[in-house]
Amino acid sequence: MAEPLLQVEDLGKRFGGFVALDGINLSVQPGERVGLIGPNGSGKSTLVNCMCGTLQNESGTVRFDGHIVDGLAANKRTHRGMARSFQLPRPFVTLSVAENLRIPLLYTAHSRSGRHLTHDEIESRCHELAGLVGLAAKANKLPRDLTQVEMRKLELARAMAADPKLLIADEAMAGLSQSEVTEIVDLLIKMNERGVTIILIEHIMRAVMSFSQRLVVLVSGKKIADGPPQEVVSHPEVIGAYLGQ
Amino acid sequence: MPVELLINAIIAGLLLGGFYAAVTVGISISFGILDIVNIAHPAFIILGSYIAYIVNQTLGIDPILTAIIVLPGFYALGAAVYQVYYQSFEKRGQDALRGLAFFFGLLFVTEVMLILVFGVDYRYVQAAYIEYTWHYSFMDLPFRMVIPCVVSLLMVGLLQFYLSRTFTGRAIMAVSQDQLALQLMAADPVKIKRTAFAISIATASIAGALLIVIQPVEPSVGREYIGRVFAICVLGGLQSLPGTVIAAMLLGVVESFTATFYGPSWAPAVSFGFLLLTLAFRPAGLLGR
Amino acid sequence: MRSLYFYISSILVGALFFAFARWLGNDYLFFAGYTVLQFIVLATAWNILGGYCGYVNFGSAAFFAVGAYSSVAMHKLAAGIDRYFPESLVGLAKMILPLNVPTLIILGGIMSGLIGLGTGYLTLRLRGAFFAIATLALAVVLQTLIVNWDFVGGSRGAYIIRPNEVPILGSYIQYLFLVMLVLSVVALATARIIEQSRLGYGFATIRDDELAAEACGVPTLRLKLIATTISGALMGMAGAPFPYYIGYLEPSSAFGLAYAVNSIAMPMIGGTTSWVGPLVGALLLGIIQQVATVTISSAVNLLIVGLLLVGFVIVAPKGIIGLVQDFMRERVSDGGRPTWRSRLAIFANMRPGAR
Repeated sequence: MAEPLLQVEDLGKRFGGFVALDGINLSVQPGERVGLIGPNGSGKSTLVNCMCGTLQNESGTVRFDGHIVDGLAANKRTHRGMARSFQLPRPFVTLSVAENLRIPLLYTAHSRSGRHLTHDEIESRCHELAGLVGLAAKANKLPRDLTQVEMRKLELARAMAADPKLLIADEAMAGLSQSEVTEIVDLLIKMNERGVTIILIEHIMRAVMSFSQRLVVLVSGKKIADGPPQEVVSHPEVIGAYLGQ
Repeated sequence: MPVELLINAIIAGLLLGGFYAAVTVGISISFGILDIVNIAHPAFIILGSYIAYIVNQTLGIDPILTAIIVLPGFYALGAAVYQVYYQSFEKRGQDALRGLAFFFGLLFVTEVMLILVFGVDYRYVQAAYIEYTWHYSFMDLPFRMVIPCVVSLLMVGLLQFYLSRTFTGRAIMAVSQDQLALQLMAADPVKIKRTAFAISIATASIAGALLIVIQPVEPSVGREYIGRVFAICVLGGLQSLPGTVIAAMLLGVVESFTATFYGPSWAPAVSFGFLLLTLAFRPAGLLGR
Repeated sequence: MRSLYFYISSILVGALFFAFARWLGNDYLFFAGYTVLQFIVLATAWNILGGYCGYVNFGSAAFFAVGAYSSVAMHKLAAGIDRYFPESLVGLAKMILPLNVPTLIILGGIMSGLIGLGTGYLTLRLRGAFFAIATLALAVVLQTLIVNWDFVGGSRGAYIIRPNEVPILGSYIQYLFLVMLVLSVVALATARIIEQSRLGYGFATIRDDELAAEACGVPTLRLKLIATTISGALMGMAGAPFPYYIGYLEPSSAFGLAYAVNSIAMPMIGGTTSWVGPLVGALLLGIIQQVATVTISSAVNLLIVGLLLVGFVIVAPKGIIGLVQDFMRERVSDGGRPTWRSRLAIFANMRPGAR
């Protein structure tokens, strides 16, 4: 098997006396579509934060693209090719949609190609990304003028602007309607087809099932299942801890 | 180094520290628990000092008694200030910049108004116990320090009891951690926060009276305390009242030592230096407190 | 092209004012003007860290005073070359010292810039609130250090003897005024350049959402350090000529609260999102204060500033240029053709609809 793109080994994180993550092992191959599910408070977001560098893990290692990234600041991990979108969209509120997309292009895109993008290249990539998520018409609007689903699209587009190898999408679909959820799933699959490995954290089972090639389940800070979606959802422990029915 | 001098410096420091706890406890609530950077807190304290001064001058009433009487007034003032803060900043989701500027403006305006009304002369109060010092062998315990220290510790103790045993008190502790849970318990988070902030300003009333018992006061004295209160609050662990008391005593002793052995002109640097060092070496990330 | 307009118009305005003041024949306008120009620099400097990045600095006075006191120290050094320098260096020292004002400005800028860098390095990894409190602490610590440093006069203060006349211009104050005018243009130009550059975007993301900025690859710590250094340096540069302006410097005036309040109030009242805001705020408040000091009293003028600050922060958080922007937003989008209003807006980096 090829070298995994992301390798999380025995990751641990505590908040005071509370153990948020306990010995997590996760390995993601390039090009994979992995779904991460689990009840609220199981540590999914903490895991994302530790992988991306927003939080520092206390034990274990995170290996990305062959290198250990523990201790590396979040922006450096983004430079290496790890991008994430936030659970609650965090657009830059005083910047327009286009300017939001411009930020990763200004600060990250060069780290892959080795040189800074020219003004024209940035403009055209902005355009392209806005078009990819259907926000071209609203490029000059402020985030507060966007609808919920548009904000989430902006969030994803901005993550894509960093030209990542790995995209971690944290609950990108919460609160959306059926058709909107389908829109986002299609968008993610489109991104995956362009070569981006994606980890999707979600509660909406329909989306997770249709999207994931592999499903990982987190409960109370521990990984209890990891395998093909159909197998995982029929796993008794998973049903008991999360799925019910 | 004569032992007597050392011991007296320590005693003075502990007494001073006890008083500092009263000054800081308001910040422990507003900043530690509510996460509101109320740097105008010392202004409210000085206000309390001046009110105690006026009443003492005109009616001859003991300053601490005055403070207790005007406590409801300060409580109302605190509630009003919080209301303005909430409507203008927290509700609108404004960045922290404006909130800080607001309180800084309040601090400044209060100080300037006091200067305009009272001038920059030092003011002090008269009370029976201020002149009295209890001597025990070589140890000196000036009552103008002992009484404030005792009252301060009493007040902090009462607050600790309130915060840990009563419903509202516990709700206040909880609001900093989980607003949603609070709402589910049918408690209004805004009201709880307003109560907490009002209490923090109410403590300023007492702290102000204690201050003017310990030392003469003039409008800019408040600013000396900004560094102290935040240093103590951060050192003591933000939310913990017992931690605040310990940190306050520590700072008091260090200041007392510095004043005794190096001279009082270095004293302001101590607390603020403490603060800088605490902030510099305290482990914290963007998400951590 | 727009940049050319900026530089030409600023030089024109400055030259006009200078000519007018000279024509009046009395030096008062130069003294008053110097103070206002000083505020323009301070307000602009503060805004680079406060308005653009969202990190409040309560210790502007400290950076200002460091600039002022580095000048005092150099002055004292020059006055006692034989005392302070070893034999071998006296000749060299006599050639270099005393330093002229522009050199002192650069020196002041370097000193304050280093202090800004240091403070930033110690505290910028923490939340903005802690940084703000730390700056307050810094001001007091530095003031205590200066008060106890006899070389620069300590609490007694220091006298600076300045030349009465300067070749070509005539009075010394006119020279200082000119120097401060150039410094103001430099400060405004710096702010403007930052705004239009990649750095400006980076700063905006720090202000809006630092966590998201990091996720986008913005090196937030590095940018914050850059902002703190530039901001501190400019404040120090504003402070460097001050001892020569005032003739007698003592800690309570150098570290005066008026500097802290004004450097916060002027950008917040003028508007924090563009370089125009601090300029407008400094001109407005600076002139009001000059008038009030002369007609009422200096305590009252500080009260006015404080009240205006609180008022604006509550009622008009986007400041004066925010109010103007809102006014212009209605009028600009008629058919998409650029109107004089929209041209003005673009010139001042106030693109309607976007920022």
